[in-house]
Amino acid sequence: MKEESVVVTQNLIKSFENNHVLKGFNMDLQKGENLVVLGKSGSGKSVLIKCMVGLLYPDNGSVKVFGKEVADLSVNELDDLRIRIGFLFQSSALYDSMTVRENLEFPLKRHQPTLTQKELDDLVMEALANVGLERAADLMPSELSGGMRKRIGLARTLILKPEIMLYDEPTTGLDPITSREISELILEVQKNYKTSSIIITHDMDCARTVANRVIILINGERYAMGTFEELMKSDDPQLKPFFAAL
Amino acid sequence: MDKNQSGYKVFIEEIGSISAFTWKFIKAFFNRKQEWKEIFRQCYIIGYQSMPLVGITAFIMGLVLTVQSRPTLEEFGAVSYLPAMVALSIVREIGPVVTALICAGKIGSSIGAELGSMRVTEQIDAMEVSGTNPFRYLVVTRVAACIFMLPVLVVVADSISLYASYLGVNLKGVLTWNLYYHQVFESLSFSDILPAYIKTYFFGLAIGIIGCYKGYYSNKGTEGVGLAANSAVVVSSLVVFIMDLIAVQIADMLGYT
Ligand SMILES: Nc1ncnc2c1ncn2[C@@H]1O[C@H](COP(=O)(O)OP(=O)(O)OP(=O)(O)O)[C@@H](O)[C@H]1O
Ligand SMILES: [Mg+2]
Repeated sequence: MKEESVVVTQNLIKSFENNHVLKGFNMDLQKGENLVVLGKSGSGKSVLIKCMVGLLYPDNGSVKVFGKEVADLSVNELDDLRIRIGFLFQSSALYDSMTVRENLEFPLKRHQPTLTQKELDDLVMEALANVGLERAADLMPSELSGGMRKRIGLARTLILKPEIMLYDEPTTGLDPITSREISELILEVQKNYKTSSIIITHDMDCARTVANRVIILINGERYAMGTFEELMKSDDPQLKPFFAAL
Repeated sequence: MDKNQSGYKVFIEEIGSISAFTWKFIKAFFNRKQEWKEIFRQCYIIGYQSMPLVGITAFIMGLVLTVQSRPTLEEFGAVSYLPAMVALSIVREIGPVVTALICAGKIGSSIGAELGSMRVTEQIDAMEVSGTNPFRYLVVTRVAACIFMLPVLVVVADSISLYASYLGVNLKGVLTWNLYYHQVFESLSFSDILPAYIKTYFFGLAIGIIGCYKGYYSNKGTEGVGLAANSAVVVSSLVVFIMDLIAVQIADMLGYT
């Protein structure tokens, strides 16, 4: 194989007591691609990407990131790995006791402590400019709208220039225009930083815009995989509902 | 399993997991890697938040205690013992315990609510995946700040209470500050102050640990946050009393009576 896999899951199994969420899930993420994961609400999409950063551990099976088994990493190795991965939370997860600026400075100050205040300011303003929100620098997260929070969350995640981005429903709950802007941002991230990304979404417009490849998660397994067009043309009754709105 | 038994089981499990949480804290606390800046910031916040309330309560307590004790002592013709008696009760018992209870209410609930809402809105997870250890950054700093600040607050409360008591003595009768001061410190010995002072560190530990524990492991949903704050106050107040009881026994055994 010519391409290089940055994330590979094999036979991934995860349950919460009697709730069997993932039942042997296989996937791989190629370097530089945008992989969209579709699935119904509660199908375990968030659980899947949480296993990739060690927020949850699989009951069985393997999750390899950059060729290393996540469950076997020591605390320090895991921290080093996490710096290379950006995770955009479904809820944005901005620190509400800090201003937008402090939110963005937080990862920088902790991982690049030698930066001067001037360099910090420049990086923060650059990151805010990328998401078109320079004017929000001194607001508190509670003063932001949902779409602004998503974008600030994205800026905070991108500020360390991660090699892998995990987007958990980046457009959910946003109006079509803002969703469109976020989709464009995801494409720009791919182009500018050569990032490999997994995008979890229900939003078929977003999926169509950003996907190089789509995986459909049904019943805890990979039900189908292919390009967006291939899956859209499929006659499979299980896949039809996903594309019904288009 | 009937309901009572499962309630009992939950109680035992809770004690177990709070102990494990405390042990995790102790290991992290005696580690060389610390978030000093954040610890200082938390000390400031905790001290600043609680100082006014602690100060007012201490003042009122010192005053009321003095005014109320006077008639009883008068009956025995022992009014001259008033400063000594009040000082003893304040320093040995009332100062530390009342301060700890106020802090359990004020600090415990705010830590519980803060960490609880950070848990619910995935901020703790976000911190973790950004490569910052949230236990060290959020929990160790807050508990350490409680341990450092509670004794300070108690000393302040004791001083304010003693001054209020001086005013109380002078409401009826005349006693110069010098004489009052002399009488108070004549009556207080090292063995009164030391055990009372040592236990305040443990009160700080209990308030910090329980507030953090409740918030850090709070349940999903907004009601989880309220519950975290509420049970942080209830449990830490209770633990303060239990610790006080144990402290008295230990001090007694060691002959500090
Ligand atoms: N920490 C957890 N503890 C217990 N159960 C959990 C936990 N996290 C997720 N689950 C359960 O796992 C299942 C899948 O959850 P997940 O959050 O992955 O869904 P999702 O596909 O992301 O859905 P949505 O699109 O609504 O975000 C749900 O049934 C949920 O109740
Ligand atoms: Mg989800």
